[in-house]
Amino acid sequence: MINSQNIIARSATTTEPPQVRSHVEEVAKLIDVSKCIGCKACQVACMEWNDLRDDVGECHGTYDNPTDLTAESWTVMRFSEHESADGNLEWLIRKDGCMHCAEPGCLKACPAPGAIVQYANGIVDFDSNHCIGCGYCITGCPFDIPRISPKDQKSYKCTLCSDRVNAGMEPACVKTCPTNCIEFGTKTDMLARAEKRVGDLKALGFRDAGIYDPAGVGGTHVMYVLHHADDPNRYSGLPKDPRISPLVGAWKGVTKPIMSAIIGITAFAGVIHYMTKGPKEEPEDSPEEEHRATRDGGVPPASLGYDATRRRPGAGRNADDRPQGEDR
Amino acid sequence: MKMPRDRLIRYSPLDRANHWTMAMVFVLLALSGLAFFHPAFFFLSHTLGGPVWARILHPFLGVVLVLLFYAMAARHVRRNLLGENDVQWMRQIGDVLDNRDEKLPPIGKYNPGQKLVYWSLVVSIALLLISGVIMWRPWFAGYFPIPLIRFASLLHAVSAFVAIVTIVVHVYAAIWVKGSVRSMTRGWVTRAWARHHHGLWAREQEEAQRREQQP
Repeated sequence: MINSQNIIARSATTTEPPQVRSHVEEVAKLIDVSKCIGCKACQVACMEWNDLRDDVGECHGTYDNPTDLTAESWTVMRFSEHESADGNLEWLIRKDGCMHCAEPGCLKACPAPGAIVQYANGIVDFDSNHCIGCGYCITGCPFDIPRISPKDQKSYKCTLCSDRVNAGMEPACVKTCPTNCIEFGTKTDMLARAEKRVGDLKALGFRDAGIYDPAGVGGTHVMYVLHHADDPNRYSGLPKDPRISPLVGAWKGVTKPIMSAIIGITAFAGVIHYMTKGPKEEPEDSPEEEHRATRDGGVPPASLGYDATRRRPGAGRNADDRPQGEDR
Repeated sequence: MKMPRDRLIRYSPLDRANHWTMAMVFVLLALSGLAFFHPAFFFLSHTLGGPVWARILHPFLGVVLVLLFYAMAARHVRRNLLGENDVQWMRQIGDVLDNRDEKLPPIGKYNPGQKLVYWSLVVSIALLLISGVIMWRPWFAGYFPIPLIRFASLLHAVSAFVAIVTIVVHVYAAIWVKGSVRSMTRGWVTRAWARHHHGLWAREQEEAQRREQQP
């Protein structure tokens, strides 16, 4: 964790997190997919700055390498080949990684207090020191981003270089991008720049160009400029309308206080019942009781004690009259 | 074992050992599970040695509970089916709660309330097992699609809620009905207790006893 005084949301915390540093501008990273050449310099810069060295993988016959995000690959280029209706082949390359949602599903799902925080500048950061390895962040994330490391069972993802940003620098991927496909600044500035670029793309004939800043998660602090914003799914499955799943909402929302309350009320009802109605006291042997139990036959109470869990050889010859099996 | 003449054996040593093992495991499961359920209960994760240990141990304890519970439940299915006088007993639930036991019909080894506890746990523990395996990291969750894990997480929370409420009721009933705790610690009940609370079972036991005593 890079700054403990401008936290606007903290996982598994029901009180206000420390946020006295309130005059913080929201930041954003803008990824202009139309400018990306797929060089993967951002992947290299990410591992270099963050001191990550993923295992060397295998070639799967595509440019995707590694083929997926891992605990040590916080960003990957995803390549997809799309054939449009007029027969044109489009090579769509998207830099995948944490979107830094304004309403982060990972943070909502996380059960460990403070393991996930959201800074006032919008960055969603994992304080992996508090991570317990349950993977609820993966369950909560609408973009399938966090990964649990098989080495330490902690969850990792892009920090938006929160350490660099806190010191006034741009994220490592932004710094290294040779085509200026990735830019960084205040969210306001990035939106303005994105709008201008969308205008340019439209002028170039991409009628469906647009900004990807999905409202379903309150907007994101990593945004895309897409030439086909009408169909983000075409960019290696970028969700069209991402939002925290209603199942996660129910799991981490209303059910928690309601079910907690009912458990408490049930226990309390027991206390009240005991105090008002009292216990069922141990019954004394009375003729009346005897009558209730033995009116249709039975043995008088003076008979010998009976151990129903033991069987003597030869006893209970009439098997049909005996209770069955172990269960008596 | 020779029992004093005024007693009936209700639970065998094996049943009792199983019950109290399950009780301890259930409490640890509930406490560690609640820790992940709501931040207000997070401190309970220390009952299993801290939050990370709780995350590691909780599912294994769950498997222990499943094995113990279904080994027990399988042997008691027949006793927990709807029996003679059970419907009438349920209709008179007001008399049950008001301790007007003399108005109640005689019932078998388990009353409908106990049977409800049984079936509630049979169902909720099965759902907890299935959903728990789907959520279990790092071992199994990776094999399941994330939307399914989401559903399993919600199901796990709801099933655990049902199980915990059931156990709260179960524990209260044991405190409420004097003599029942002793039946699960020492194994026996008095004949008067058996006739009063489980008349049909008492009659059945006494008949079986009479047959054994006949040469």
